[in-house]
Amino acid sequence: MRPFVYERATSPEDAVRAARGKVTANLPPVQAPGQFIAGGTNMTDYMKLDVMRPEILVDVNGIDRNRYGRIEEFDGGIRFGHLVRMAEAEEHPAVKAKYPVIAQSLQLAASQQIRNMATLGGNVLQRTRCDYFREATWACNKREPGSGCSAMDGINRRHALLGTSDQCIASYPGDFAQALIALDALVETQGPKGNRKIRFADLHVEPGNTPNVETVLEPGELITFITVPSGAWTRRSMYLKIRDRQSYEFAVTSTAVALDLDGDTVRDVRIALGGVATRPWRSREAEDALKGKPLTPETASAAADAAFAGAKPRKYNAFKIPLGKETVIRALLETKNMEA
Amino acid sequence: MNVAVPPPKENMGQPVARLEARSKVTGEARYSADFPLNNLAHGVLVTSAIAAGSIKSLDLEAARAVPGVIEIFTQENVKGLKDPKFGQGNSSSVQPFNGPKIWHDEQMLALVVANTHEAAEDAAYRLRASYDETKPSATFDSPGSQTLDAVGNTESHKEDPKLGDVEAALATAPVKIDVKYSTPTQHHNPIELFSTTASWQDDKLTIYEPSQFVYGYKNGVAEQLGVDPANVRVVSPLIGGAFGSKGPMTPRTAVVAYAARALNRPIRCVVSRMQGFTTATYRAETRHHIRMGATPDGRIVAYSHEGWEVTSRPDNYVVGGTETTSLVYAYGAVGTRVQIVKADRNTPGYMRSPPETPYMYALESAMDEMAAALKMDPVEFRRVNDTQKEPIKGRPYTSRSLMTCYDQAAEAFGWKKRNPAVGSMRDGDWLIGMGCSTAIYPTNIGPAAVRVRLSPKGEVRIETAAHEIGTGIRTVAGQMAAEPLGLDMKMVTVETGDTDFPPAPVAGGSNSTASVCSAVLVASNRIRDRLFRAAVTSNDGPLAGRNPGDLGMKGGMIVAADGASVKLADLFGQMGSGVIEEYVEHTPEGMPPESMAKLYSGQSSFKRGSQGDKIRFAFGAEFVEVRIHSRTREIRIPRIVGAFAGGRIMNPRTARSQLMGGMIWGIGAGLLEATEIDPRAARYVNRDLAEYMVAVNADVNQLEVILVPEEDHEVNEAGVKGVGELGNVGTPAAIQAAVFHATGKRIRDLPIRLDDLLNV
Repeated sequence: MRPFVYERATSPEDAVRAARGKVTANLPPVQAPGQFIAGGTNMTDYMKLDVMRPEILVDVNGIDRNRYGRIEEFDGGIRFGHLVRMAEAEEHPAVKAKYPVIAQSLQLAASQQIRNMATLGGNVLQRTRCDYFREATWACNKREPGSGCSAMDGINRRHALLGTSDQCIASYPGDFAQALIALDALVETQGPKGNRKIRFADLHVEPGNTPNVETVLEPGELITFITVPSGAWTRRSMYLKIRDRQSYEFAVTSTAVALDLDGDTVRDVRIALGGVATRPWRSREAEDALKGKPLTPETASAAADAAFAGAKPRKYNAFKIPLGKETVIRALLETKNMEA
Repeated sequence: MNVAVPPPKENMGQPVARLEARSKVTGEARYSADFPLNNLAHGVLVTSAIAAGSIKSLDLEAARAVPGVIEIFTQENVKGLKDPKFGQGNSSSVQPFNGPKIWHDEQMLALVVANTHEAAEDAAYRLRASYDETKPSATFDSPGSQTLDAVGNTESHKEDPKLGDVEAALATAPVKIDVKYSTPTQHHNPIELFSTTASWQDDKLTIYEPSQFVYGYKNGVAEQLGVDPANVRVVSPLIGGAFGSKGPMTPRTAVVAYAARALNRPIRCVVSRMQGFTTATYRAETRHHIRMGATPDGRIVAYSHEGWEVTSRPDNYVVGGTETTSLVYAYGAVGTRVQIVKADRNTPGYMRSPPETPYMYALESAMDEMAAALKMDPVEFRRVNDTQKEPIKGRPYTSRSLMTCYDQAAEAFGWKKRNPAVGSMRDGDWLIGMGCSTAIYPTNIGPAAVRVRLSPKGEVRIETAAHEIGTGIRTVAGQMAAEPLGLDMKMVTVETGDTDFPPAPVAGGSNSTASVCSAVLVASNRIRDRLFRAAVTSNDGPLAGRNPGDLGMKGGMIVAADGASVKLADLFGQMGSGVIEEYVEHTPEGMPPESMAKLYSGQSSFKRGSQGDKIRFAFGAEFVEVRIHSRTREIRIPRIVGAFAGGRIMNPRTARSQLMGGMIWGIGAGLLEATEIDPRAARYVNRDLAEYMVAVNADVNQLEVILVPEEDHEVNEAGVKGVGELGNVGTPAAIQAAVFHATGKRIRDLPIRLDDLLNV
């Protein structure tokens, strides 16, 4: 690890000010010299790999937990402070009962020890596990723009097939974000330019020609709250994660599904896909294929086909098209059988 | 007693808890990198970003500028190290600091030494290397790789076993299979990282390093440094996992010792998890081509096995598992050939059951395929071909309880309930499959020396340079003294892993219990004899004039059958002794007499299980149930049953642990483990424990270990066969068979992943 300055912030304003002291023009936030740290489970990992080299780390754990470390139910939704630990959210009775997709997406992530540390604000900003990104001696457009992409023709079983570009196929690894994008979550931030609200669906961006830009956040902008609106679909929802081993592995494929049924007919449905895309991925195509139709193995299969219609496989990840489809079909059918 | 503490059956010792159990779980136990040293400096390795070529230049300026950096050692300023000798005790013949050539991915380029580990690491990041790069050959089929016969080109694989005319037998066999298998690159990944700590006092060097062979390291490092081995001590009291990776010494050890001498300061170098993938050894990928012919009633008339193994450019490493597989069944004819494929890789090395894991996977998978072709029950197919004599030369096994293992494991598993029809068993959305496999491991034994000391209070202290790699060698060695001396285990202290103690062989090949316990048994019996002699010859003692053969020892007393006894303390008083000590050098029968002297000079040799007029092997049978989701095809293992016969079981608790650990490893080997190599660069890409996957707790459900009683007085003095490596031999083939049973798909390339099972 390289030397860095460590500061503790006691308020979001404080944190933003401290991180901003080191803002350099034209650098995306992940490469900015000033970085926030909460649970530290992702940041310290990448610092040890010499992939992230912050000059100043602003510890946000000292920010008022009564306000920013709480889960609050309100009329029309639930609001998570950014300092809520993953383990706290997955065990919260209202989350478990009313938003099972959220509880499951957290429960199936990482390990208990990591979930005890990692915060929700940091979680959604987790960076890719692409092996060529993680090892600093490979060419990587995300790490060093313009250097090339080693994954494109490399060992790319874990890489994305949706939202890719000819610059980058690194997959977004997280689980929680799939639940959030499915449920139309909203993110509140505090930054150098003040406070703003961002649709969760707009938070992450596809790599395009700038794979080093991963979100619309500005350097020094801190996520403060995540709000999830409730709906007829939130209770009948699930997160299905397929992986080689039973625990402690990122999704090979996954899906967040939320259903509102009228008898057998789909009134509303939310489908997000993990392990297959460069960013949290909502499949409106799959949803549109189902809405107004009875949910059967056939319609679920058609929806799954729609979800992967735009997939661009590489050498080792083509199996994720049939697997991703089966994941969606299985999740839809299992969700249908849940009690609403 | 509970599942973890199995009650002893016939010919088994007590399930004593490990002597160091409490210190390990409380964190009190001290591993090699834990020893506090005064004025310690810290070393961090810098490794190459290419796999083939040479170093053009190293830019050290930015690295040197980091505050706290003391010195950077490279090929420029490390002078006079001798190249190691590959084979006996060394992982490779290359000392990378002796020249600019790059032989493999992430080869050591530099050792940065600083006042803190953090400063050394920071500097290591800033060191820049430039290279003259050549196109590397990554693995099998890579352009530029070179294929050689193992016979004639390797030290250990001296012949390809054969019997009769296998081609003719194949040509006329009524039922035939012709199949190819492969196993991937695997890394040991012991949780304790690799490390070297070197400290000089004048011309005396002490090395603290996790090692499976301290005498080998002692002599090897002395040789490379050009110093007298008498001046080198290697300390390795507890090892936090090794699995073969800490057997041969790697080139780092001498470099750290060199640097410590140059700076006149102790240095500790802890190797990162990622660097552990390339600066230590690994299990190379293998390929197998098996052709088998059988009669309709299931007799194997022909077995042809060709194997290919990757090795490095400088060293011809081979495991050559046909030495074992050719002995397993009553084949009519055998043909084998092992070839090595040289590529731009670091030199492979031993990894748990080195030959048996890949070669038995291939043989046992083929056995399942042949059983299916014959429409025979896989257990019955093995029974038809079971034998008490190996087929090649007709030598008998000292004991072989394979079918007893099958019968006991099948019963516990409920094999009868298996519907043999492929794809016939199901639980809701989950397909069920069941498979089985034979496990086999040779009983190796080597020369070992021990010092056993008894005090008047009945305290026993055993000293031996044997290696506590987590197997429980301290505990079973202690039991081997406590039993004949009639003492409680509380009275026993066992010290291991130090070249100041008498030498013991490399902790590999499942030899340690047999080798070390044989020596402890001899020493303990000698002590007993001395005491008995003294007791019967003392003039006025209560046992005076009795026959020593009628005496026993219990609870710190010498006792006769009629209850007459003398306390140890009194007897010591009569003998005028402070302590009684025996130093025993035990060389197994049939080994060359010079093998003991060679052990002191760092050369460990075994009498291998396949050598001699009678051959010595431990056997087991494993049964696996898999569940595969009918849509998404993830593979889960709800239960495994293994039954194993290993001669005398010194301690059912530690034996069960070893076998269980092996079976769990087998889950990983079957379904998860693979080091991925980027073929363009011959570089590993998944160098951490998140991406290099082993089984986690959630993958391990019901797991039953059955210890099958077996008595074998011919195998060795201690009557033990060793079970450390037996447990993981059969699991992958049993999983492969179960996956076929569930799905009808033969996935012959490990690991078996859902990728291969999708309905497309």
